[in-house]
Amino acid sequence: MTVESTAARTSRRSAGSKAGTTGTKGTTRTPAKKAAAAKKPAAAKKAAEPQLVQLLTPEGKRVKNAEYDKYVAGFTPEELRGLYRDMVLTRRFDAEATSLQRQGELGLWASLLGQEAAQIGSGRALRDDDYVFPTYREHGVAWCRGVDPTNLLGMFRGVNNGGWDPNSNNFQLYTIVIGSQTLHATGYAMGVAKDGADSAVIAYFGDGASSQGDVAESFTFSAVYNAPVVFFCQNNQWAISEPTEKQSRVPIYQRAQGFGFPGVRVDGNDVLACLAVTRWALERARSGEGPTLVEAFTYRMGAHTTSDDPTRYRGDEERQAWEAKDPILRLRRFLETSNHADEGFFEELEAESEALGKRVREAVRAMPDPDHFAIFENVYADGHALVDEERAQFAAYQASFADEGGN
Amino acid sequence: MADKMALAKAINESLRHALEADPKVLIMGEDVGKLGGVFRVTDGLQKDFGESRVIDTPLAESGIVGTAIGLALRGYRPVVEIQFDGFVFPAYDQIVTQLAKMHARSLGKVKLPVVVRIPYGGGIGAVEHHSESPEALFAHVSGLKIVSPSNSSDAYWMMQQAIQSDDPVIFFEPKRRYWDKGEVATEAIPGPLHKAQVVREGTDLTLAAYGPMVKLCQEVADAAAEEGRNLEVLDLRSVSPLDFDSIQASVEKTRRLVVVHEAPVFFGSGAEIAARITERCFYHLEAPVLRVGGYHAPYPPARLEEEYLPNLDRVLDAVDRSLAY
Repeated sequence: MTVESTAARTSRRSAGSKAGTTGTKGTTRTPAKKAAAAKKPAAAKKAAEPQLVQLLTPEGKRVKNAEYDKYVAGFTPEELRGLYRDMVLTRRFDAEATSLQRQGELGLWASLLGQEAAQIGSGRALRDDDYVFPTYREHGVAWCRGVDPTNLLGMFRGVNNGGWDPNSNNFQLYTIVIGSQTLHATGYAMGVAKDGADSAVIAYFGDGASSQGDVAESFTFSAVYNAPVVFFCQNNQWAISEPTEKQSRVPIYQRAQGFGFPGVRVDGNDVLACLAVTRWALERARSGEGPTLVEAFTYRMGAHTTSDDPTRYRGDEERQAWEAKDPILRLRRFLETSNHADEGFFEELEAESEALGKRVREAVRAMPDPDHFAIFENVYADGHALVDEERAQFAAYQASFADEGGN
Repeated sequence: MADKMALAKAINESLRHALEADPKVLIMGEDVGKLGGVFRVTDGLQKDFGESRVIDTPLAESGIVGTAIGLALRGYRPVVEIQFDGFVFPAYDQIVTQLAKMHARSLGKVKLPVVVRIPYGGGIGAVEHHSESPEALFAHVSGLKIVSPSNSSDAYWMMQQAIQSDDPVIFFEPKRRYWDKGEVATEAIPGPLHKAQVVREGTDLTLAAYGPMVKLCQEVADAAAEEGRNLEVLDLRSVSPLDFDSIQASVEKTRRLVVVHEAPVFFGSGAEIAARITERCFYHLEAPVLRVGGYHAPYPPARLEEEYLPNLDRVLDAVDRSLAY
């Protein structure tokens, strides 16, 4: 598929969505024809092609969308440059972390390369009092929450299993077990509703996690209790080596219909569309209309983690096709053609990126190993006799080396 | 003041007290509302505290525990009911990978005061998955606390202490004792949640048990007394942490220990007790620590459960074997 034909198809689709394919509240936003096509397994690949909400084409052309334009209306050039800056710096941070893993400074890294728009768009839609439940790849969302990026590296370096106070930025710790956090988000949202607050909660997960029972249970609970939660699925097409077709016979956003709340698929490489759709979903949550499922249709350009080898399960052509839809390039084209950014902006940002990379590199190398006794810390809030006993044994064992004359 | 009430009623009163005392306490589970729970442990609570405090949930155990974690993160203190022991496994992942570890993961920033109530154990003629004793599976996981009361007064007090704890507590309720009546000293100051209690003083041998087996051990001690043997009975009350100091003190006095639980003996809590008490009391012991419990087999159909469960004769047999050394 050429870049041109991709563009032509996607823009036609967004025109279709504009013309009333979006459903009424409480239904999945799918044209009946598409849903029928999805029933045929042979057509699964085709049906999985995006029925996308899109505001920016891969060429960086702004397309109108009657339903979602209002959520990004009044965006100033400065705000647009801000989104661009977020994506560039997030990508730079991610690249630095990948390099640090290759240099042996990190034990593992889960790259977000290609998913910057999904994360920055949704992340910038949030209010400070909203609460985020991430999986382990939400580095861009963490950035939007003001979590220092170096804090994200502790668990990958192996000095802790978290590393930040979730309540400082309303950004929960990364969750490695797939899908668990969607239930935590739902419970938290139930609490928000009980408190009578108008905050919203957002749960991030991937296409692989959509197969997990916990995700289905979180859909059930959130629907039953009308919890103010947005489920934000980044469908990056691959769950390690397994394609989305191994997770679902219907497009993921359509799952919402069976649970009684709306699902919508957004172009996950379009930061404006991600922002607009997430804002819409958050507003629904705040106004008591309950959960929404947003499927950001995107692509993991890198490996699942640095331990993965994607050349074993997918071809170069696929990645090349997605590179043509690069989220950063697309916004840059828009900024340039609309004269919202000049060369000076891009140069300054380049320098800022390099400074960030340097800061991250130095911070990781300076990160101390934890104290040995950290093993026994925070196992229990109220203490536990066995932990105390084993800590004392460990201390005696450690002290026995000191008694050997300091060798 | 002391009231006599069934163990299930004592828990009910305890939950009522906790709901009254702290607006952040929530009751959640399948059928806990209108029905009052299949064992009526939550009877009348929804009527008096409303649907937002006593919450009937979808039939999804992972969802129950997972959303309770989220509510705890928001500042609530959920007490969730798993309807029967064998139904906890769909929630096991949430309990083990999330509930138990989030405090450590957050370097102490996050507290999870969640109580998971599990009616457990056999002896009521139930069908499969309704009579299991999975406490060792939870005790093996750091970050959880595991308790099991054996009588009404403990049930009343231990439940409130569990709810007040900032740690997740798995609260195993001995369902075959739900209808046993006992005094509840509602105004007495309770001992610590994780402290064992000598419920019968003795000199010849220590019987250590918790939950449903404490009553059996008291019956064994009565029977043994008729044969001139003076057994001490220890109600452990807490499986994690285990009060080894109290067991040690008793064993240093009696020099013999038999541990009784319904769960399979293999890798059970008795194995842990035997190993540690052997280490602590090696020179005091006159006999190896013996264990009486279930077999390494699935919990049998109800018509066979009396063969599977520890009973008077099996425990007395172990007492004889210990005393024969």
